Parts: sequence; C-alpha cells; structure tokens
Amino acid sequence: MNRILVVAATALLFLGLAGAAWSETDGDDAQAQIEQYRQMLSDGNPAELNEMNGETLWKEARGPKKAGLEKCDLGLGPGVVKGAYAKLPRYFSDTGTMQDLESRLLTCMVNLQGFDRDELAKHAFDGTFGTPDLVAYVVGQSRGQAMSVPMDKPQEKAAFELGRQIFHYRAGPYDFACATCHGENGRRIRMQDLPNLTTTIGAQRAYTTWPAYRVSQSKFRSFQWRLNDCFRQQRFPEPGYASASTVALTTYLAAMANGATYQGPGIKR
Amino acid sequence: MPYPMRIRAQLHGDVTAITAIISHPMETGLKKDGDKVVPAHFIRMLTVDVGGKRVIESHLNMAVSTNPVLNFKVKGAKVGDKVEINWEDNLGEKGFGESVVSVPE
Repeated sequence: MNRILVVAATALLFLGLAGAAWSETDGDDAQAQIEQYRQMLSDGNPAELNEMNGETLWKEARGPKKAGLEKCDLGLGPGVVKGAYAKLPRYFSDTGTMQDLESRLLTCMVNLQGFDRDELAKHAFDGTFGTPDLVAYVVGQSRGQAMSVPMDKPQEKAAFELGRQIFHYRAGPYDFACATCHGENGRRIRMQDLPNLTTTIGAQRAYTTWPAYRVSQSKFRSFQWRLNDCFRQQRFPEPGYASASTVALTTYLAAMANGATYQGPGIKR
Repeated sequence: MPYPMRIRAQLHGDVTAITAIISHPMETGLKKDGDKVVPAHFIRMLTVDVGGKRVIESHLNMAVSTNPVLNFKVKGAKVGDKVEINWEDNLGEKGFGESVVSVPE
C-alpha cells in the first residue's frame, strides 16, 4: 500500500514538474499568439473608416454658421491637428478651463459652427453630429507621437490631483472606486485583463490604445464614452459629458501615460 | 461616397495579401429597435478583380459582422496591378473601392 502511494506521489511529482515546464513554454506561446492576434486586428481596424469620415467632416461647412473646423485650436494653434491629441487635456486661456479633446471639440463646434451645446452633448456618443468620427480623425493624427500632457500651469496640476482623487474615490451602492478594479495588478472582469492604471506601464498601455473601435458593439468609442461606461459599471450617477470631473480624470490618466507612444485609434474586443 | 472602403494589397514573395475594410451596417433582419424589426440589409455579392482578372466571387450573408474586414491571398499578381472590389447588397445598393498592389515598406 505504502509503495503504491510512493509510486503515485513520484508520478505526481514528475507530472507536476513536467506540467510546470509545459505551462512555461505554453505561456510564452500564448503570449506570442495574443501578440499575433493584436497585430492581425490592427491590420484591419474599421476605425480607419471613422478616421476617413472624420477628416471629411472636419473640413465640411456645417452647422447654422456653415463653417468648417479648420480654425479650431486644439492647443497647438488654429487648425493644427497633427500631434494635438498627444498633448491633451490642457489648460486653455480663451475658455479659462481645462479641456480634453471632446470638450474642446464642443467649444469649436459651438463657437465656429453655431451648434447648440446641449444638443451636441446629448448626441455625443450616437454620431448624430459626427462627433465620434471627428474624434477618430484627430486622435489618428497623433499616431506615433509621444504622449506629453503639459503639467506646467497650476490648473493642469490641480486637474491631475483632482483626477487622482476621483480615481480613488469610493462611492455608490457598491462602494466602488476606479481603483477597486484598476489599482492592482492581475485583476480582471470575466476574461478581460484589467490594466493597473496607477502604474506607468498600465496607464500607458490603456491610454495609448483608446479611443477605439469596439468589435462587440460595431462602433467607434471615444474616451468620454469609456469613462461614462466605467461610471455606469460602478453604478455611479451618469457624469456630465465633457464635465470638469471627466476632464480631470482624463488628465490624470493621460499624464500617467506620458512618454509612451500614442497608438490609437485602437481596436477592442 | 456613402459606404467608404479601405483596401491594402501587399506583395509577399509571390502571394499578394489583400485586406479590405468595408463600411456597411450588415443588418441581419432579426434585430429589433423597440417594437420595430430592423430590416435586413447586408452585402450579398462581393467580387475582387486583380489586374483586370476576376479572382474572387463571394456570396456573403447576414452572418458577417458590421463593417466587415476581409482578408484574401492571391497568387500571380505583380506590383502595380490594380485591385478592384465591387459589392452589391440585398437592397440593390452598390459599393466600389480600388487600390494598387505594392511592396510592404
């Protein structure tokens, strides 16, 4: 009886070792395959179509004032789109507020084209006014650029600090914070690995691949949408579109990603 | 153009890899918007011509996703050959896109 146990234990030990060796190569292989899958997806990202539409919309004379957005200042001067997204959010002295890309687009579409701000905000995610396509075009123009969100002005530092606080603020019926899921390594929702956004590497990986085309929804999704959906999943009250708190949270995440190469628009499951 | 298309055609050895990204709703006819059924609207026939020669004729259906990304591999094409893709959907609408075979950088 004892002998059989010993034999069985040895066999198990052996299997265990073999298993460990297997899983190591298996893990490398799986990692390589995931990388290959990502490569394949990035080869055929339908967000390219949104970028094309967005470029047309950017130049098109629209709204009550029948104007294009060529004079829109995204922070690098009127009409400069190339590289602008990698340096957003930032403080704008003409509006006297911190603005991310989407709140800045609101400003431009209201001031230059004469659209109604509330209408734009109400339809920001559904594409009525082409906002998602405009976002796709602008972020695509920063592909390959290093993230460098300015942290010089006191307002920018204050927004970063406020964003960090919101990120860790626990509330709602589930007593949740962003940090509950995104503040630790190795967390996941179902099969989705969640990045730890309090680390540079985690924030860089996440921020540089948003906004993105969501395959399961067949739609291009902006960063404001991403935050809005995070709030919903936490059972928080719905945040105002392009509100100060969402811009602050974006500032925190964007500045955490500083130094990384922007790769968006991304593609997600 | 209401349905933009992006085509990439790259020569690797003697095989040309073609990727087409097509903007199309690809509605199955099974989805509901409130009480109303969203009518079926999907690409039925898609053809690929390389260098003036028909190389693929494919019958798609509603099982293909919205904004489909299609990959083909074709032998015997040369750099500079024109790639033309035409499609027609169940409502009779047509789409067209073209590109030229190139060598990857």
